Amino acid sequence: MSGALRRIGILAGALVLLTACGQTTSTSTTSAANATSAADVGGIDALVAAAKKEGKLNVIALPPDWANYGAIISGFTAKYGIPIDSANPNGTSQDEVNAVQQLAGTTRAPDVLDIGMAVALANTNLFAPYKVQTWNDILDSQKEPTGLWFQDYGGYMSIGYDSAKVPAITSLDDLLGAGFKGKVALNGDPTKANAALNGVMMASIAKGGTPDDISKGVDFFHQLKQNGSFVPVSATTATVKNGTTPVVFDWDYLSAAHGTDVPTWKVFVPNNAILGGYYAQAVNKQAPHPAAARLWMEYLYSDEGQNLWLKGLARPVRMAAMQKSGKIDTAAAAKLPPVNGTPVFLSADQATKAKDYLASHWAQAIG
Amino acid sequence: MTVAAKPLVETARRPLRDGRRLSLDWLGAVPFLAYVGLFLLLPTTIVVAGSFVGPNGLTLSNLTAMNQSYIVGAFVHSVVVSATSAVLGAVLGAVLAYAVATGNPNGVLRRLVTSACGVLAQFGGVTLAFAFIATIGFAGFITLWLQQHGINIYANGIWLYELSGLVLVYTYFQIPLMVLVFLPALDGIRPQWREATESLGGATWHYWRYVAGPLLAPAFFGGMLLLFANAFSAYATAAALISQGSIIASLLIANTLSSEVGLHQPGLASALALVMVVIVAIVMVLYTVLQRRTAKWLR
Repeated sequence: MSGALRRIGILAGALVLLTACGQTTSTSTTSAANATSAADVGGIDALVAAAKKEGKLNVIALPPDWANYGAIISGFTAKYGIPIDSANPNGTSQDEVNAVQQLAGTTRAPDVLDIGMAVALANTNLFAPYKVQTWNDILDSQKEPTGLWFQDYGGYMSIGYDSAKVPAITSLDDLLGAGFKGKVALNGDPTKANAALNGVMMASIAKGGTPDDISKGVDFFHQLKQNGSFVPVSATTATVKNGTTPVVFDWDYLSAAHGTDVPTWKVFVPNNAILGGYYAQAVNKQAPHPAAARLWMEYLYSDEGQNLWLKGLARPVRMAAMQKSGKIDTAAAAKLPPVNGTPVFLSADQATKAKDYLASHWAQAIG
Repeated sequence: MTVAAKPLVETARRPLRDGRRLSLDWLGAVPFLAYVGLFLLLPTTIVVAGSFVGPNGLTLSNLTAMNQSYIVGAFVHSVVVSATSAVLGAVLGAVLAYAVATGNPNGVLRRLVTSACGVLAQFGGVTLAFAFIATIGFAGFITLWLQQHGINIYANGIWLYELSGLVLVYTYFQIPLMVLVFLPALDGIRPQWREATESLGGATWHYWRYVAGPLLAPAFFGGMLLLFANAFSAYATAAALISQGSIIASLLIANTLSSEVGLHQPGLASALALVMVVIVAIVMVLYTVLQRRTAKWLR
């Protein structure tokens, strides 16, 4: 009957039960919980031993087809023999933070987070400072000085398309052509998902807007909607595979991965709108498996972990340093979509301006 | 239940020291009260309290934000979708129920239809949305089959993933629900009343206008209100079908809870939920009023 009430009720009830049933964590590895580097627990070997003793790692919102996380998760388990509990793989960064808060104090709380910058900056009070052994390879602009968060991998906003279904794309305005009716999609709702917000922003910059002004991008999608080109479906591996979304605005590393399912998939980054974006890693301050959480970070930022991201076509944060040291997987690096020009990165203020504009204009533009 | 239990309890009672007696009658209601408390009152309290909480403590800003055009728009869409699917569901459901009611009360058709309706009225959410996406979605097999025969159902826009699509999909579970709630009312109509009308010289039109119509109207409109509330509160179906724009209220609530681009506003979500609760409460009051009128006739 009143389904809303019923559903909210079930949710609230479930939360009460969750908090009631969750066991409090043991305090056997207090040293790991306060460690800000591997040295604090007595070196990397001691960290491995402590992590093995904990015997588990909780991760959240890591889709196996996103930046090669499927292989990274199984690689970690194979190397250290620590099983990983991967929750809500398709969740948003905000879902991750919500889980940290709602499951706090239980053994099911996420140990580590992979989040968008907007969410990272807004929730630093939930993170534990930690510096991986390769800390110095990360540029100062890409990390919080004490190690509360540090960027992990990134790429550029792109337009991916199935060249068998649509004509080649050389500029944004091509999308308004007749061959694109009912074909253009975003990766999510821009008022909700970071990738989609950047998709609209990229369109805005390509149409002569600035990172301070996303309105031209919203106008562009309104035009796409008006002439029937916009598909109001969130692009996923499945929708690309079955042809529902033959043209997708998405990060180039996510888009390029569609090539495995659709051999004719091409990725285009407009030269006049190279919009970059990085995600960040953080350790949950109340991680139920503090040593495993820190070991996971060491794994991700090792040459091995960085090259796994690169195999997923994401640009790892230590890429430049690894190119210098010769540890980079050159075959994987050669597969990255070509990008010519100076990339733009959104500042926190610009991202805030963009989301405020989207909140009040997006629904109307595509409604 | 209380009446039946009384003698038993009576014997079990022991006089207390001050002569008063301790009644245990209320014990039977405990599970019910606990259930209602935990799953209805507690969440409602959380929603109401949450509407007045902002990032910096107590505030009215969540409620004053309700007049923003995109929020008003979402509620208008919600009401339009719910009302349209309720009217469609009520009319079509009533016709189907009438067809079933006039048939053999123990026949195969009736049993088939009522049990099918019982299942389909609950067939909502992701499964229902997926059924539509797989059949008449953009790459659905019926869509593609029709395209091969020169018919493009999406020539004028991809309507399935918009409001019109929601109306279609919602109607799918609205019709069976209407059959279920309207059938008892139709069964309450005695054939003798029709015979009486005819023996007094009334035509079919007179029968419907002066006898069956007024009798069935409260049940019909009550059912329609129920369908409205049912559609208004639906979330999963819409979420699985529509991923752009949060065009209805329930989607907007979800968005304000899980946005990762900085639009995460739990207080606003509570305020939105509060408005939904108020609208559903109004509808349910109307429903109860109508239900009472119907009940009088069906006793």
